[in-house]
Amino acid sequence: MSVEMILKGRLWVLTENGQLFSDIDTDMIYHNAHLAVTDIDKMGQYAFGNLEGYKDFADKAQPGDLVLAGDNFGSGSSRQHAVDCFKALGVQAVIARSFGAIYKRNAINSGFPIIELPGLPDDLFSQFEIAELNLEGGNLNAGDNRYQGNPMSEVARDIYLAGGLFQYAERM
Amino acid sequence: MGRTLIEKIMSSHGGGDCRPGDVVWIDIDNRTARDFAGASVVGNLEKYGGDSPIADRSKTFFTFDCNVPANTIPYANNQQRIRIFARKNDLKVYDVDAGIGSHVVIEEKFARPGTTTVGTDSHLNIMGSVGAFGQGMGDVDIAYAFKTGKVWFEIPESVRVTLNGIPANGTEAKDIALAMLRRFSSHELLGKSVEIYGPWVESASLEECVTLSSLATEMGAIIAFIPPNNDVLHFFGITRDEAVYADSDAEYLEEYSLDIEGLEPLIAAPPSPTNVFNVSEKTDVKVDGVFIGSCTNGTYQDLKYAAELLKGRKVAPGVMLKVVPATRATWARLLEEGHLKDMFDAGAIVSNAGCGGCASGQIGMTGEGEVQISTSNRNFKGKQGKGNTYLAGIGTAAASAVLGRIASVHELKEVR
Repeated sequence: MSVEMILKGRLWVLTENGQLFSDIDTDMIYHNAHLAVTDIDKMGQYAFGNLEGYKDFADKAQPGDLVLAGDNFGSGSSRQHAVDCFKALGVQAVIARSFGAIYKRNAINSGFPIIELPGLPDDLFSQFEIAELNLEGGNLNAGDNRYQGNPMSEVARDIYLAGGLFQYAERM
Repeated sequence: MGRTLIEKIMSSHGGGDCRPGDVVWIDIDNRTARDFAGASVVGNLEKYGGDSPIADRSKTFFTFDCNVPANTIPYANNQQRIRIFARKNDLKVYDVDAGIGSHVVIEEKFARPGTTTVGTDSHLNIMGSVGAFGQGMGDVDIAYAFKTGKVWFEIPESVRVTLNGIPANGTEAKDIALAMLRRFSSHELLGKSVEIYGPWVESASLEECVTLSSLATEMGAIIAFIPPNNDVLHFFGITRDEAVYADSDAEYLEEYSLDIEGLEPLIAAPPSPTNVFNVSEKTDVKVDGVFIGSCTNGTYQDLKYAAELLKGRKVAPGVMLKVVPATRATWARLLEEGHLKDMFDAGAIVSNAGCGGCASGQIGMTGEGEVQISTSNRNFKGKQGKGNTYLAGIGTAAASAVLGRIASVHELKEVR
């Protein structure tokens, strides 16, 4: 993955009953049946394998895609797999109204961009439209629609630019 | 301006004059990894650890608790990979016989009030029960902590929750945790450091504090601190002056109060821990299995209570009762005092110590349509199998096992 501050890609808008999908926990993202997998390249096939309506995500995702969800994305366990499965598929970033605390750390440490858009309306963005995510600015744009969220924190940006926590530490 | 509990702990661990929103590097007193994700921690250290992958051997150890002993070959491989790494680097392994890592860390008195602990268990914030910081993290974070003794941490906002009143007889710590989940759901406390006050927590046992703090993760909180009370101070053999408390003029983002006066037993129906009902609303649900154990409700006190309720009674025909003590020490004490025999005679399956029903497979999974009452902390779809898991306290779990349907502990008193 190249290190860019503006990411452009196809947007997966995850919804449940017409609303942005909230409380997607780590078992829905990456089920505990596959936790013994340690090779990142083998994790992509299980992404959203337990998420109602999106169990075929791994087959349909394309490198460069962006994922958009509701509140509390990635709540639950501490598994790094739930971040790494997206990296394996070439997904560029996950965007959500809010994230579970551990998920947020895991994403930041592995240099995987996440952006919070608090209060994002359910229907502002549409499935599979091409969107542009500005990490520095913390905003998501598609067509005429723009939503301002939280910019990437300084630590997150530094670790992201370094390519991960260990790579960041080498530069300290 | 005074400091909250988390600010004080972080300040004393390298965080300096830290305030909410500050990102600081903090010193970690106890650096742990379990069999789940531990192999990935080893992998990171082999890749990035260089010649000295461990900053301080005396503060670094592995705890096996997920699949104990391993019931799949990949888990067995991972555990063996960790053992070999540990031998090479002279690290202690609390192996498959030891029990739940977060409980071992308290039992061994490593996680004393005011200390910091990290590990690959999302319920490590259970340390909040003794007024210590604990946090579950992914394998990259933990490998970094093994190598450097530090992690970065964004100081969260603190909120204060006062529990007013005293619950009804037969109501447990778990019910109070469920009352908090009902009140706050998984969003209101998201990312917050919570401090819990009130007459109930002041007189709670250490084990009750563990149960309450263990549900912080399901509330979305970073941690739920219970300021060390008499029982906790007594366990560690320290005085109030040796523990850490929030300053009286500390500033909180919010101050909530929750009325628990006369609270009756509660139960969380699938598919989430926040889907809470009174037990009395669900008594028509037939039960296939009951799991008593986990880091939430697997202590000596919990299982002794279960044994007392089950003694002289029988599990209903066709109902599986699975009991998993949290640690080996818990197991030993229950064994010596005859409580395991009482549960066995009632019809329980008693397993070796560990995470039990929460990790896939240690003591079986649920099948499609199977209804399980669990004293654990998660009932998300697919978490404990294909079935429907309800979360409840010890009394409700034991009563449901005997009556074969969801039942409160009060109903059990009428059954012989």
